[in-house]
Amino acid sequence: MSKTLNLTLKVWRQARAASPGALEIYDVRDISEDMSFLEMLDILNDRLSGEGKEPIAFEHDCREGICGSCGMMINGQAHGPQRGTATCQLHMRKFADGDTIVVEPWRAAAFPVVKDLVVNRSSLDRIVEAGGYITVSAGAAPEANLTPVPKDASDAAFDAAACIGCGACVAACPNSAGQLFTAAKLMHLNLLPQGQPERWQRAENMVDTMEEYFGSCTNHGECEEACPKSISIDYIALMNKDYIKAKRKNRKLSGQR
Amino acid sequence: MSDVQLDPRVPAGPIQEKWDQHKFDMKLVAPHNRRRFKVIVVGTGLAGGAAAATLGELGYDVHAFTFHDSPRRAHSIAAQGGINAAKNYKGDGDSIYRLFYDTVKGGDFRAREANVYRLAQVSVDIIDQCVAQGVPFAREYGGLLDNRSFGGSQVSRTFYARGQTGQQLLLGAYQALAQQIGKGAVTTHPRTEMLDVVVKDGRAVGIVTRNLHTGAIESHSAHAVVLATGGYGNVFYLSTNAKACNVTAAWRAHKKGALFANPCFTQIHPTCIPASDDFQSKLTLMSESLRNDGRVWIPEKMDDTRAPADIPEAERDYLLERRYPAFGNLVPRDIASRAIKLEVDAGRGVGPLKNGVYLDFGASVDRLGGDVIRARYDNLFEMYERITDENPYGQPMRIYPAVHYTMGGLWVDYELQTNVPGLFCAGEANFSDHGANRLGASALMQGLSDGYFVLPYTVPNYLAPLLGEAVVPTDDRAFVEAERSVRQQTERFLSIGGTKTVDHFHRELGRIMWDNCGMARSEASLEKAISEIPALEEEFWKDLRVLGSAEDLNQGLEKAGRVADFFELGLLMCKDALHREESCGGHFRLEHQTEEGEARRNDDDFAYAAAWGWTGKGQEPALHKEPLEFEHVHLAQRSYK
Repeated sequence: MSKTLNLTLKVWRQARAASPGALEIYDVRDISEDMSFLEMLDILNDRLSGEGKEPIAFEHDCREGICGSCGMMINGQAHGPQRGTATCQLHMRKFADGDTIVVEPWRAAAFPVVKDLVVNRSSLDRIVEAGGYITVSAGAAPEANLTPVPKDASDAAFDAAACIGCGACVAACPNSAGQLFTAAKLMHLNLLPQGQPERWQRAENMVDTMEEYFGSCTNHGECEEACPKSISIDYIALMNKDYIKAKRKNRKLSGQR
Repeated sequence: MSDVQLDPRVPAGPIQEKWDQHKFDMKLVAPHNRRRFKVIVVGTGLAGGAAAATLGELGYDVHAFTFHDSPRRAHSIAAQGGINAAKNYKGDGDSIYRLFYDTVKGGDFRAREANVYRLAQVSVDIIDQCVAQGVPFAREYGGLLDNRSFGGSQVSRTFYARGQTGQQLLLGAYQALAQQIGKGAVTTHPRTEMLDVVVKDGRAVGIVTRNLHTGAIESHSAHAVVLATGGYGNVFYLSTNAKACNVTAAWRAHKKGALFANPCFTQIHPTCIPASDDFQSKLTLMSESLRNDGRVWIPEKMDDTRAPADIPEAERDYLLERRYPAFGNLVPRDIASRAIKLEVDAGRGVGPLKNGVYLDFGASVDRLGGDVIRARYDNLFEMYERITDENPYGQPMRIYPAVHYTMGGLWVDYELQTNVPGLFCAGEANFSDHGANRLGASALMQGLSDGYFVLPYTVPNYLAPLLGEAVVPTDDRAFVEAERSVRQQTERFLSIGGTKTVDHFHRELGRIMWDNCGMARSEASLEKAISEIPALEEEFWKDLRVLGSAEDLNQGLEKAGRVADFFELGLLMCKDALHREESCGGHFRLEHQTEEGEARRNDDDFAYAAAWGWTGKGQEPALHKEPLEFEHVHLAQRSYK
């Protein structure tokens, strides 16, 4: 049989966006090490309900590490101690009996708290809406094999496209910068032949929109450490390169405006 | 309900020409008039996201609703393996006709031929569309697209993006949708859950929603409503579905008159990680693509406690290869699941709870090298290791079947319109294309087919005659009543003040469903469930405890509404399963099997889609039959030997 753990949790509770929040302390006992972190919270919530206390609100859905819904600061680390792992895929065997675990929502001005551990991440959608797409009407696409894509380019685009949009990069950054998310979304498309026609406009629009919401990047690299898909900060360098080039090109294209 | 007309409206003519001819015959809306039509799309997965993006791009005033915080989080994102298309890039004999044939046969002859043919036809357009959008499908070193094979077929027609095909396709649809949102062509309503469809004078005229952040109950009117709200596998509590997946939108539409077809057709996926304990909150799928390179086996000897590596080749039973030499490990899902269940039921399972079988990559690693296997499946292997703490590069995976997909859903005609005019249903939420069993890599194909290539033609065909008609105002009685009943239900949940959580009831319901209406069903088990479900439901309404308020984010309240609908749906599933005196696809009745334990269909009496009408709480549902005719794929006992 698997081992069990007794833990002390300090969880951020906040009734609504405008109300003040505080850490509350809960003892949880007999937690199997085969449980996921969220299953441990389920058990705590079950108990709280039994005691007539409102359960802790937290985001989750697929519990397979792909939908990007879940995410919390666990002992000050976005998604907790295991590298390349979203909160839902983190299992209790990564903790020791007697541990105290501090659980907080993502902390970033661009992600206001909705309730307890739930934050509003819609600013990420605004960046994609600004240019994170390739224009193609349904039915207008050419035959798929018309444009061969070198495997290396395809793989590099994929490594960026693996982003699940959870926001851990922002939460982990001391500046609450959105660079890694934006770079992943941008370079996925900019590295592919299909993404070339809109490349420069896309770079300028997405980066400018990002800057409306998020802080500035000062190369701490915390985002890559926190990313559940281990997306490399090299993409930020590629994005910066595209952005600078785009500023010049776009000015030229618009007749030296 | 007796006046319900069940007309599938399949166009006349040869099957190869039906869709093209019908596209020409359907009415059009001129570009300058499209903005005058308001269309609601509920759900932003592959079907809903693609439909909303495409209708928005065409110029309609589209409103897209999702209960997630972003359209990108719909559960389509979790699909792993791939998407089928009849491109025949491998030159191994594929064609539109073969994909059509395989899908009808794979569905055990319980799907509508004309719909399936259209699906196979547009499958090739889907790949073109997605590649143009920048979906990073797997490629060969020459830069062209790669394919792999999937269950139920002898050709390689599955396009894939590592083990994250659903994610990449959904991001493609989401990005297309985001573009329309950015342009103002589509309005999104995130964190907004649909709680009722509004029907006036027999037509769908809008929906009632709850804002999940503020609790506000709101009405939205439109000329047409599209539901693309996914499947109902979570009625079993434990499934591979995301936690929030539910039947509520489809069910509330059902209670407003839309027929619900073949609810008992549920797919149990053979390769999932076995449950480890009672606290388990969900089951995790390991993609079917793994069966390309993994071999399913169990020890020949009962209670063999040796480590798998110590069991010599001669003492292993490769059960799928033994039973089905022609298709081997790549038999369809229903067949593989049942074979595995038979062995585990006989006490021959492996693992600490003896509740699984091995899926072994050893032979493939020896043949192809570890790097090739890593490139194909690395993210799946990592996920397996995170969950089980076992390294599948060093020892075989343990797998067991789990609820994965539901073939049943709202009945729709050829145009994907329900029997309620103006109400359309797409993707997993409808019943249309997969019959009694869905083949692997066909769900993504259907979602995108419906969203990109079918609804953008059929919805305008409905709208065109309504030109100049205003939407029904939201202070109309139909809206006011719908809002009131939604409010009443919300208040009722909060006022019960019982002792048990929603999850408790959900888990109990799931247990009843799995034990009695799961992988094998019998008259006795179904009757047991039919008596137990209402008793549990009664307790739910008496002893439920939902804390918090209706005026802010309240996840317990959201769940309560979904579980309330699961009770009613679960009962209908059992009644449907009881009435269908045959075994077909995912529906296996113990009374109807061959001597070898294979499913025995009854085509004389049950070659129809069973579309059930709601007649009121506690009333027997009304059965309407859509006869299925097989002109092209000849009815035969499926054989994968």
